[in-house]
Amino acid sequence: MTRNVVIEAAGENILIPAPYDIIWSAVVFFVALLLFWKLVLPKLQKLLDERAAAIEGGIKKAEEAQAEAAAALEKYNAELAKAREEAAGIRETARANAAKLEAELKEQANEEASRIIANAQSRIESERSSAAAELRREVGTLALDLSEKVVGESLTDDKASAIVDRFLADLEAQEAGR
Amino acid sequence: MLRLISLAVLVLVFWLGTRRLRLIPTRGQSVVELGLGFVRNNIAYEMLGEKDGKRFLPLLTTIFFVVLFCNITGVVPLLNLGSTSVIGLPLVLAIAAYVAFIYAGLKKHPGAFLKNSLFPSGVPWPLYILLTPIEFISTFVIRPITLTLRLMMNMFVGHMMLVLLFSATHFFLLGAPWAMKAIGVGTLGAAFAFTLFEVMVSVLQAYIFAVLTAVYIQLALAEEH
Repeated sequence: MTRNVVIEAAGENILIPAPYDIIWSAVVFFVALLLFWKLVLPKLQKLLDERAAAIEGGIKKAEEAQAEAAAALEKYNAELAKAREEAAGIRETARANAAKLEAELKEQANEEASRIIANAQSRIESERSSAAAELRREVGTLALDLSEKVVGESLTDDKASAIVDRFLADLEAQEAGR
Repeated sequence: MLRLISLAVLVLVFWLGTRRLRLIPTRGQSVVELGLGFVRNNIAYEMLGEKDGKRFLPLLTTIFFVVLFCNITGVVPLLNLGSTSVIGLPLVLAIAAYVAFIYAGLKKHPGAFLKNSLFPSGVPWPLYILLTPIEFISTFVIRPITLTLRLMMNMFVGHMMLVLLFSATHFFLLGAPWAMKAIGVGTLGAAFAFTLFEVMVSVLQAYIFAVLTAVYIQLALAEEH
């Protein structure tokens, strides 16, 4: 076949196409053109579009996931902050309560102390006054007994008590004067 | 006959290659996509831009692959002849390119296309006497002829070289006296080198044909020449 074509091409003018040459070449050209035009290139175009869409979809999905993660992080942080705030609040309340309790206890103790002191004072006062009255009476009686013994006669109650009273008053005055 | 074999291979490759396209390409699909993507990006889009490139993509793809598949048979054992080395196929393709760029021009600038092509603006009018015939011949006569002859002669001469080298090898190795067998080894080496060279020329010619078609279309689409 190769030899035939070469001899034929060399024998005739190779620049003038034979009719069968043109016809079959045209057939080849148009079949190939139809193949690419109607089948291969539209398919390829569709594929490229799909691929681009898939890539875009992938990018979008990744972006969404990233946004989601960021949102979750934000939420977590917010919750953490809220928990911290809450803890601080609780601590603050506890501290305030403790302070209040302490103050109350202190006040109570003070009150108690002052009450005890007052009680003690009043008791001391009353005991002192009763002791003083007792003393006064006993001193009077003793003094009278002594005087009776010294004088040898009985002193009338009125007179004696007047004397005792005066004596005691003198005593008191002396004490006051000192 | 040879053309039909080439066509059958071409149809088979691209029909099977694109029958089940997947988003994540298989190995075969990658190769087919690589070929189509080369024409699409490096020829159509680069020369014509994306919009016009898409319009003329079927034509450019067809030209590229028909030329390539018909060229490559020149180095396939048993076929040994590119169907582009006879004038018919190059002529048909050149006519297709010719029709395409005239169509593109007339569609884009109805009326103004011929004027722009034949009477370039910015030239004093007496020069048109000289310029218009030159422009006419270079645009409307020379272009299809050079397209046809460049491809045909490249393939034809390549074929001749291979025929010469292979028959010389055959003669020197089997028919000549001992001393001359060394020459046969040399011619065999040369034939081997030339076969590889022919593969390159096949691809290159397909590329050149498609690029020139794209350039002609682009010139026709341009506002002014």
